[in-house]
Amino acid sequence: MFEPKKKEVILNIKQMRVIIKKLFTHIFLFIGGLIMLMPFIWMISTSLKEPGAVFIYPPQWIPNPITLGGYIKAWTFLPLSTAYLNSFKITLSVVGGTLLTSSMAAFAFSKLEFYGRKLIFIFLLATMMIPMQVTLIPMFILFKNIGWIDTHWPLIVPHVLTNAFGVFLLRQFFMTIPDELLDAARLDGCSLWGIYWKIILPLSVPALATLGIFTFMAVWNNFLTPLIYLDSMEKFTVPLIVSACQGLYYNDWTLMMAVGCSAVIPVLIVYLFAQRYFIQGITLTGLKG
Amino acid sequence: MKQKQKTALIAYIFILPQIIGMFCFILGPMVASLVISFSRWNLVDTPQWVGFENFRIQFHDPLFWKVVLNTAYYSLVSVPLGIVISLGLALVLNQKIKGVAWYRSVYFIPVVTPMVAVALVWSWLYNPDFGAINTVLNYVGIKGPKWLSDTTWAMPSVIIMSIWKGLGFNMVIFLAGLQDIPEQLYEAAGLDGADRWHKFKNITLPMLSPAIFFVMIMSVISSFQVFSQIYIMTEGGPANSTNVIVLHIYNLAFKYWKMGEGCVVGWVLFSIVLLFTLIQFGLGKRWVYYER
Repeated sequence: MFEPKKKEVILNIKQMRVIIKKLFTHIFLFIGGLIMLMPFIWMISTSLKEPGAVFIYPPQWIPNPITLGGYIKAWTFLPLSTAYLNSFKITLSVVGGTLLTSSMAAFAFSKLEFYGRKLIFIFLLATMMIPMQVTLIPMFILFKNIGWIDTHWPLIVPHVLTNAFGVFLLRQFFMTIPDELLDAARLDGCSLWGIYWKIILPLSVPALATLGIFTFMAVWNNFLTPLIYLDSMEKFTVPLIVSACQGLYYNDWTLMMAVGCSAVIPVLIVYLFAQRYFIQGITLTGLKG
Repeated sequence: MKQKQKTALIAYIFILPQIIGMFCFILGPMVASLVISFSRWNLVDTPQWVGFENFRIQFHDPLFWKVVLNTAYYSLVSVPLGIVISLGLALVLNQKIKGVAWYRSVYFIPVVTPMVAVALVWSWLYNPDFGAINTVLNYVGIKGPKWLSDTTWAMPSVIIMSIWKGLGFNMVIFLAGLQDIPEQLYEAAGLDGADRWHKFKNITLPMLSPAIFFVMIMSVISSFQVFSQIYIMTEGGPANSTNVIVLHIYNLAFKYWKMGEGCVVGWVLFSIVLLFTLIQFGLGKRWVYYER
C-alpha cells in the first residue's frame, strides 16, 4: 500500500517542476515580448492623443479621448503620401533590378565555366567587407557632377549594380540545383538565357523571395543615403519625412508619433505576410556565412 | 566560336552588371576617396593638393579622437551585451513550449522597423519629465537621469535602444543554430553524468561557435557604422558625448564641406573595421569549432 503512494508523490513533484519551469519560461518570454512591443504601443497611443494630453503627468496609456488629429496633421502638413510613393518607387525598382542582376551573376558563378571565375567571385565577396562610408563622399561628388542630386537615381542605380550579398546568397542556392537538369535542357536546344529564365529562376522562387524581402526592408528603411542625396521635400522617402518632422514639429508629439506610426505600419504589414522568408533568409546566411 | 568560348562570353555578360557596379561604385570611389583625402576641397573652389595635411588636422583634433572613442565605447558595450542577451533568449526559446513561433515573430518586429521611427519614439520614452521610462522609475522611487540630455547617460541610452532593436536578429540566428544541434549529444552527455552547465559549456557553446563567430563579426562591423539613431536622438550631443565616426564624416563633408577631411575619417573607419575583422578571423581559428 505504501509503495504506490510514494511513486505517485515523486511523479507529482517531477510534474510540478516541469510545470513550474514552463510557467516561468512563459512569464519570462511574455514580459520580454511586452518589452519588445511596448515602444510601438506607446507610439500608437501617443499618436491617438489630443495634443494637450501628451504633457500630463502621470502619462495615460489609453488616450481619452481617442482622436485622429495627429494623423490628419501628419498627412496634411507633410507630404507623406508623396513620400510613400517615392519610397515604393525606389524600393520596388531596387528589388526588381537587384534580383535580376544578382541572379544573373549568381547563375554565371554557379553554373557556367569561364576564366577567372573563382578569383572574380572572391574579389566580389571581399567588397562586402567595405563599409559604404568610405565611398560615400566620392559617390556624392560623382552624382553631383552628373546632375543626379535631388533625384532618386543615386538611391537606385548603385544598389542594383552592387549586391555582393545577393550574388552570394543566390549562388549558394543555385549550386543545389542539379546540373543534370541544365544538361537535359541543353540537349533539348535551350539557350543559356533560356536555361536561366525558364529553369533556374522558377526553381529559385523561395531564395528570390527571401532576397527580395531583405532588400525591400533595407531600402525602405534606408536613411543615410536619402539624407545626403535628397534636398526637396517632394522627393523625400518615408524615413526622411520622419526625420524632417522632428526638425519642423519637434514639440508636437502627436504629430511626430503619427508620422512614426505611418512609417512603421507598411513595414509591419509586409513583415506579417512575409515572415517566414525573413527567418529563412537569416538562418541561411547565419549558418552558411 | 567553340561552345566553351561561347559559354564563357555569355557568362561574362551575365556578371557584367555586378562587375560594372563593383568598379563604378566601390573600387573607383575607394581610390577617389583616397585621392580626395590628400586634397582640400569644398566642392565650390578647385581642389588643392595638401598632402598629409588633412590627416594631420584630424589626428590633432580632439573631436576626432572623441568620436573614435565614443564609437569604440558603443561597439564594445552593445555587441557583447547584445550577443549575450540574444543567446540567452534563444536558449530559453529553444525549449519545446507552445508558441515558439509567436515569440520569435514578436521579438523580430523591432528588427524590421525603420530605425528613424524607432529612434523617435525612444526619444520620447527617454524624455526626462514625461517619458515612460522615468515615469516607471518614479513608481519604484528612483529619480531617473536626464538620459539623452545627460553627457554620462546619453550613450548608454543609445546603446540600450540599439540592443533592443537588434536582439531579434541575432536571436533568430542562434535559435536556428541551437535547433541544429543533435539531441543525441545531450543524451549521451547526460548518461555520462554531465549537468546542465557542463552540457552548455561542452556541447552547446562549441556547436554554436560558428554562429556566434558570424554574429560577432557582423555586429562589430555594423556597430562601427552606427549613425541613424544618433542623428535622430542626440545629433552627437550633448557636448559630443554621442558623436560617432560616421556622424563626424557626415558633418565634415555635408555640414562643413571639408571633403578631404571627410575622406580621411572614412578611410580610418575602413581601417578600423578591417583590423578588427582580421583580428577576429585570427582569433576565430582558435575557438570556433566546425563539425566535419
